[in-house]
Amino acid sequence: MLVMSVIVFVGVYAIGNPLEVLIPPDAPQDVRDFIIARFGLDQPLWRQYLTFLVNVLQGDFGYSFVYNIPVLDLILSRLPATLELASFAVLGGAFIGVPLGVYAGYRPNASSSKAIMGLSILGFSVPSFWVGLILILTFAVSLGWLPASGRGDTVEIFGVGWSFLTLNGLSHMLLPGVNLSLFTLAMMIRLARAGTREIMLTDTVKFGRAAGLSESTILLRHVLKLISIPIVTVFGLELGTTLAFAVVTETIFSWPGLGKLIIDSITNLDRPVMVAYLILVALLFVTINLVIDLTYRLLDPRLGGRSA
Amino acid sequence: MTEPILEVTDLCTHFFTQDGVVKAVDGVSFSLKPGQILGLVGESGSGKTVTGFSLLGLVDPPGRIVSGSVKLAGEDMAKLSQKQLRQLRGRRISMVFQDPMMTLNPVLTVGEQIDLAIRAHNKMNKTQARELATAALTRVGIPDAETRLDSYPHEFSGGMRQRVAVAIAMIHSPDIIVADEPTTALDVSIQAQILHEMRNLARESGTALIWISHDLATVSSLAERLMVMYAGKIVEEGPTAAVLRNPRHPYTQGLLNSLPAMAEPGHPLQQISGSTPSLLALPPGCPFAQRCPNAQSACEEEVPLVQEGESAYRCHFPIGGTA
Ligand SMILES: Nc1ncnc2c1ncn2[C@@H]1O[C@H](COP(=O)(O)OP(=O)(O)OP(=O)(O)O)[C@@H](O)[C@H]1O
Ligand SMILES: [Mg+2]
Repeated sequence: MLVMSVIVFVGVYAIGNPLEVLIPPDAPQDVRDFIIARFGLDQPLWRQYLTFLVNVLQGDFGYSFVYNIPVLDLILSRLPATLELASFAVLGGAFIGVPLGVYAGYRPNASSSKAIMGLSILGFSVPSFWVGLILILTFAVSLGWLPASGRGDTVEIFGVGWSFLTLNGLSHMLLPGVNLSLFTLAMMIRLARAGTREIMLTDTVKFGRAAGLSESTILLRHVLKLISIPIVTVFGLELGTTLAFAVVTETIFSWPGLGKLIIDSITNLDRPVMVAYLILVALLFVTINLVIDLTYRLLDPRLGGRSA
Repeated sequence: MTEPILEVTDLCTHFFTQDGVVKAVDGVSFSLKPGQILGLVGESGSGKTVTGFSLLGLVDPPGRIVSGSVKLAGEDMAKLSQKQLRQLRGRRISMVFQDPMMTLNPVLTVGEQIDLAIRAHNKMNKTQARELATAALTRVGIPDAETRLDSYPHEFSGGMRQRVAVAIAMIHSPDIIVADEPTTALDVSIQAQILHEMRNLARESGTALIWISHDLATVSSLAERLMVMYAGKIVEEGPTAAVLRNPRHPYTQGLLNSLPAMAEPGHPLQQISGSTPSLLALPPGCPFAQRCPNAQSACEEEVPLVQEGESAYRCHFPIGGTA
């Protein structure tokens, strides 16, 4: 994490000097000096980094240059929007993708399986922004069924607003959620199909059949449990990636989440926001990997999770 | 005479591969009486496993039973629906596989796997099922069965895993168990144990066994009747003692000669020369002709099965001459 923070800090520093964006060129010199001192930009890089590090360890990521509020508050206020959108998308993608993939792996030659595989190839290869625009054109503009931007009504829990608890909020979430879920969906289909195909050929399945198990029991009890390990891995990574990089979708659908925040802060060279964001993303991935590792132990008894 | 529990007539199971049709099982006929132990021997690739799968209706594509019939207690299995077939498997006929490391599911406890097998045919509540599972494990000689139900396969040795597989195969006391080299992957001492346990269990429950092996020595200590298979065909069949003492087919003789116990002290073991022919391009006559010491031009023609008392063989020039 420490190494990570250095890289991020220096990297962001190298992008450009925020002063040119923040301060009007015709501002008097004393205003200029005041602002420079106020944000500590007169210090050499290593000092800025040290100050930053000490503050971060105390839970202080500094102030946004642009919004002039604590960065942490800013990020936390945007987090719920992204969190619910990404969870919605990844959960949806997994819950629809895994059954489709298992089916396609169970019946590899059926035409419905070929259609499913076609869908997954589309999910991989068609650019997300294009699908987003098509979705807006079809369901929002032409048909007028669903809203195309914003979060809709929210409900306050823990002092922050959530859209998924209201019908209106859910309807706002549907289009960006579908857009965002396509990649996960495609991935889950692939993974479940490959795993199922492989397992269907094993002696375990044949022995189950020889014992008179029904095909549904074999799929639900044997296959699903066996493919769950790669599925959980990819699920975690997808959740992380989607949380961190929902940029395109959030921009297209004007979803006020982290993706939009980071794009705005890059355009404005809002360094503290960028740094804090990237560090939080790294933290997120570390946490997710930890959770995945712990889940493995529950799923695979050979790793010694449960019995002695 | 008791009615046979299983009657196989002219069974042909072929694999339709890209390179051509593999005739893995090609005109196999035999019958099995209740409680009988039948040995099926032959080299690797002779079609023993495919025969076993055919009996359970478990041949996977590109394979298919192309002709012949399998009658279980007089009922033609080819006429049954998938669902009816499933209801027979595990209840009337079941199978134990060669490699106990591959048959059990590594991420389910042994108890869960036995439970699945129980519930495939029997609706019962959790406690009853657990009692039955415990009894089944105890019967196959697993100590402390009740607690072992919660263990995973990797916590068992190979021999113990095979015992679990046997317990699953026997859970509904089927009429027939196809045992496909169940001891080949195990230590010699454990082989003998499992062999004897399975024989005793089969005797207790009146289950008939089809014991598949490439090892004539193992099978002959167990089986009442022997079938020798070569390239998808049964080349010789008869009561074990008769086949061993008085083999008629040169291939059977070759198998016997290659047994260590048959070799004269100080002499090298005799091997059958040559190798198994490709099943893709079998000659029309006897498949063993190219390797046979007695082969003559007549061997290139179709060889009929010759009945001789309780035995039968498929050879124009049997050892000991024609009757
Ligand atoms: N899925 C398949 N596709 C094509 N050919 C197959 C398939 N399964 C089996 N065969 C062929 O069927 C023949 C018989 O195989 P089988 O497994 O029954 O032999 P076996 O007598 O059991 O040998 P082993 O002692 O090695 O177990 C082999 O030649 C094999 O190539
Ligand atoms: Mg075999």
